[in-house]
Amino acid sequence: MTSFLSFINDKRVRDWIYQIAAVVFLVGLTVFFVRNASENMVKAGIASGFGFLWRTSGIEVPFVLTGYTQSDNILALFWVGVANTMLVTVIAIVLATLLGFAIGIARLSSHWLISAIAGAYVEFVRNIPLLFFVLFWYFGVIAALPAPRQSISVFGVAFLNNRGLTIPLPDGMENFRIAGLVILACVLGYSAFSIWARRRQARTGQHAPTLWAGLVLLLAVPLLALTWAVLATRWDIPALRGFNYRGGFAVIPEFVALLAALVTYTAGFIAEIVRGGIQSVSHGQTEAGSALGLRPGQVLRLVTIPQALRVMTPPLTNQYLNVLKNSSFGAAIAYPDVVSLFMGSALNNTGQAIEIIAMTLAVYLVIGLAVSALMNWYNARIALVTR
Amino acid sequence: MTIRIIGTAAILAAGISFAQAQQLAPSPTLDAVKARGNLECGVHLGLPGFSFANDKGEWSGIDVDYCRALAAAIFGDAKKVKYTPTSVQQRWPILQSGQVDVLSRNSTITFSRNATLGLNFQGINFYEGQTFIVRKSANVKDAAGLDGASVCVAAGSTEEKNAADWFRERNLKVTITNFQKNDDAIAAYDAGRCDAYTAGVGALAGQRIKLKAPDEHAILTKPISNDPQGPVTRWGDERWQLIVRWVLNGTIAAEALGVTSQNVDEMKANSKNSEVRRLLGAEGGFGEMMGLPNDWMYNAIKQVGNYGESYERTVGMGSPLKLERGQNQLWIKGGLLFTPPFQ
Amino acid sequence: MNRASSLSIWRERLFGTPFTGFLTLVLLFAIAWVAVPLIRWALIDATWVGSTRADCAPGGACWVFVRARFGQFMYGLYPVDQRWRVDLAGILFVLGGLAAVFAPHRVRLKVAVAMLVLLPPLGIWLLSGGFGLRYIETREWGGLMLTLFISIYASLIAIPLGILFALGRQSELRVIRLISIVFIEFWRGVPIIAVIFLASLLLPLILPGGIGIDRLARAVIGLGFVIAAYMAEAVRGGLQALPKGQGEAATALGLNYWKATGLVILPQALRISLPAMTNEFIALIKNTTLVLVVSILDLLGIAQASLADPNWVGMNMEAYAFSGAIYWLICFALSRWSRSLERQRRA
Repeated sequence: MTSFLSFINDKRVRDWIYQIAAVVFLVGLTVFFVRNASENMVKAGIASGFGFLWRTSGIEVPFVLTGYTQSDNILALFWVGVANTMLVTVIAIVLATLLGFAIGIARLSSHWLISAIAGAYVEFVRNIPLLFFVLFWYFGVIAALPAPRQSISVFGVAFLNNRGLTIPLPDGMENFRIAGLVILACVLGYSAFSIWARRRQARTGQHAPTLWAGLVLLLAVPLLALTWAVLATRWDIPALRGFNYRGGFAVIPEFVALLAALVTYTAGFIAEIVRGGIQSVSHGQTEAGSALGLRPGQVLRLVTIPQALRVMTPPLTNQYLNVLKNSSFGAAIAYPDVVSLFMGSALNNTGQAIEIIAMTLAVYLVIGLAVSALMNWYNARIALVTR
Repeated sequence: MTIRIIGTAAILAAGISFAQAQQLAPSPTLDAVKARGNLECGVHLGLPGFSFANDKGEWSGIDVDYCRALAAAIFGDAKKVKYTPTSVQQRWPILQSGQVDVLSRNSTITFSRNATLGLNFQGINFYEGQTFIVRKSANVKDAAGLDGASVCVAAGSTEEKNAADWFRERNLKVTITNFQKNDDAIAAYDAGRCDAYTAGVGALAGQRIKLKAPDEHAILTKPISNDPQGPVTRWGDERWQLIVRWVLNGTIAAEALGVTSQNVDEMKANSKNSEVRRLLGAEGGFGEMMGLPNDWMYNAIKQVGNYGESYERTVGMGSPLKLERGQNQLWIKGGLLFTPPFQ
Repeated sequence: MNRASSLSIWRERLFGTPFTGFLTLVLLFAIAWVAVPLIRWALIDATWVGSTRADCAPGGACWVFVRARFGQFMYGLYPVDQRWRVDLAGILFVLGGLAAVFAPHRVRLKVAVAMLVLLPPLGIWLLSGGFGLRYIETREWGGLMLTLFISIYASLIAIPLGILFALGRQSELRVIRLISIVFIEFWRGVPIIAVIFLASLLLPLILPGGIGIDRLARAVIGLGFVIAAYMAEAVRGGLQALPKGQGEAATALGLNYWKATGLVILPQALRISLPAMTNEFIALIKNTTLVLVVSILDLLGIAQASLADPNWVGMNMEAYAFSGAIYWLICFALSRWSRSLERQRRA
């Protein structure tokens, strides 16, 4: 008896008991749920399995990057949704970061009115549900843009109206592929050159003309290559026929509205992160920068922001993941993202809720983990560099 | 003492249910409805003429009328219904998971829904045909004139696929934008996002009165599809399916037999037509065969009216929708609406 | 400070140098360009009294619409003669919260726990009925009342669950830690719109047949789980901010894990993480708007639903402006409170 008590009171043994109990509980719960689900589904006559993915979808999507047509299968529809989710997420992250940095720095401006306006913006944006932004931009954008016949023409090749922005589309991609290869080669060449230049500078103290090499390799050659590709390709230029412009590629207003909503909303949060990050850099650092003869802009760029970035990376990562998750708000305004297409249209046509929801959640989890991993890697890198 | 009373009551109740079980197939749904004291009916979120709640929360419409008739047949009281508004996405899961007893929500009967979703369609209470609403200024006469247009539609509806198929078969290029809810789609159309909004003729008539300037919009008259709609149940519980089906048939039969909410008392007392007598429970004991009171259809017609009365009041000339009977006329008057006989 | 000197401070701030002055002018012009039409629409040209759409002047806001719908914006379709129950529940929650915050230091914890135990069941009873009150189904609830109900009850699920998983994530036991990490990262990784959908579709499927869950309860449970993961991260911040010595000292005193955690570590960690938890609560309030995907009509949902009324066509701006202002006021007040807590802690 005493030996049993001492056995039970042994911390290691107890720890094991706790852990086993937790695992048994979880496994039991899972089995319970799965059994109920399969019973209920059989009883209700709901089909199960992933066979539905290879059925013809028949759903028409207004904004396709993958070449999908409605006679493709439902799996193809799923990829359309994933691509559209990623597209809006990536662009929104880039723009929201730029706007957020601008506002965050404006918040710290020595000009009282600028900092007050930035502050008001942040307070306004952070305390209103994102759905309001989405609806506001959507109906606001549609209302502000003209009907197709009164379209705003951009150099006669692109046209803006309340059906979206119609831009010309190249007939073939070969020339662009060649130009892309040229640009890739330039970037690689420049990287090699700058690494060589840095090593040489470390060894001999001689400066290499990296600026000139950069201008030529990263600006002039790529521009030339792109210009050649644009001119050498035949373009499908949109033309007004009937209701709207035909031909070309239409960027739909749902995309623009969702993008604008994500950017304006997220920028408010990023601005606060930027402000906090900059304020976390001690005043001595900026003073030291000024003492070295750096101008205020240079102090910000060369001294403050690199150090602030270290503090900002983890919360920024969270915001980027929020953008990804918040892109699902597009479902409210018919932006064909994965939630709207797959959990909306496809779910309705097949009724297979469990499979479809599981796949949709997996999309967010996989992309989210990838972004986290990337940001962790970046975080580790800047932490090393600035040690 | 109390324990003994409860015990006796339980034995009695068990005895009664046993006695019933000998005559009738078990119907868990009907039992649940009776125990609950009200019918749970799934309806549309808000479509004037079909199911629409006013600002006091009172529901009306032709789909709602069916729910009321069913409640009247079960309880003798058309008010014993609770409505669950459902979106296009939710309607099937809500019915499948048993949150509603019946779905009466202008939903099209299709093969794949019947075959893969565990749903049964119990007849047709509205022959809908899909068409388009367009701005009069666009000068469109028929669906083929929509070449190049963009069309707003509710995602997951039959209209979404129908329209896509119809335009593709004719090599017409039409952009379809899918919204999660009918209201979102119609709001986007009204804001100028789309050249047309597509839904059934009846649904469009209901949606049109929500637009900012209803007179500036026209509904194309020639439908591109036929979309029969009616009450939906889950698989299983055949007796419940029987009830759902024959209450609908009863309202149609009543119109064919000339029974209205006005003359139902007189018909029940004096009619010599034996089908009328069976329908109203004066002979035949039809209600009992399903586990309902014999005056089931009497109550339904007395309180809700026959199909024609309901039609005129909700979507017909007596309503803001002003829809002709068209296909929804009785078969004996050249329409498609049909019921097997009450024999 | 006298007037002249404050004036001179403002002049220095806004027109200190020519460039500052130029910027000020440009910005003032921009503000006027945005604000003047807005104020004209919302206040000057607006119609405040009347009873129908026809009473409203074109070009200005039609606040008549908001007045006509005010009851629905606040209570949804809750029966008019029963709305006192909602008011009473609201007052009780506010009083309970104040009692917990302003109680004398010694009994504050006890009062808070008592309120946490007493108020939630009382609130549900008042709102839904039974025991002498008329039964009112959740489908009749709506508007601001529903927004607050969902936020409060979802966080009642989220806070205990969040604390549990935060402790689990810091645990020495590897399996417990792994389970906690998976739970937290899963719920933090998925969009809330999908979770609400998931809860409304899957909960009835994975429970034994015949057990029905109210659809509002489903949304609350779904939101509660997501917010629990965020709350767990907020609490973890507090746990990590606590010096290690605290736990070691408690163990040295002979307290076991639960006592050391409950009496020494958690009270301090929770105080540190209260601002972060408040921020999660604000996020929760904003995210309740998503319940409209399962046709539950919270404040924004009821505002949208009111737009479908054929008698009040074209009231979009008014409905959104009014409901948006309410969200803003609530969230702004809470974020101010959270910031003052943060400052108190720092000081």
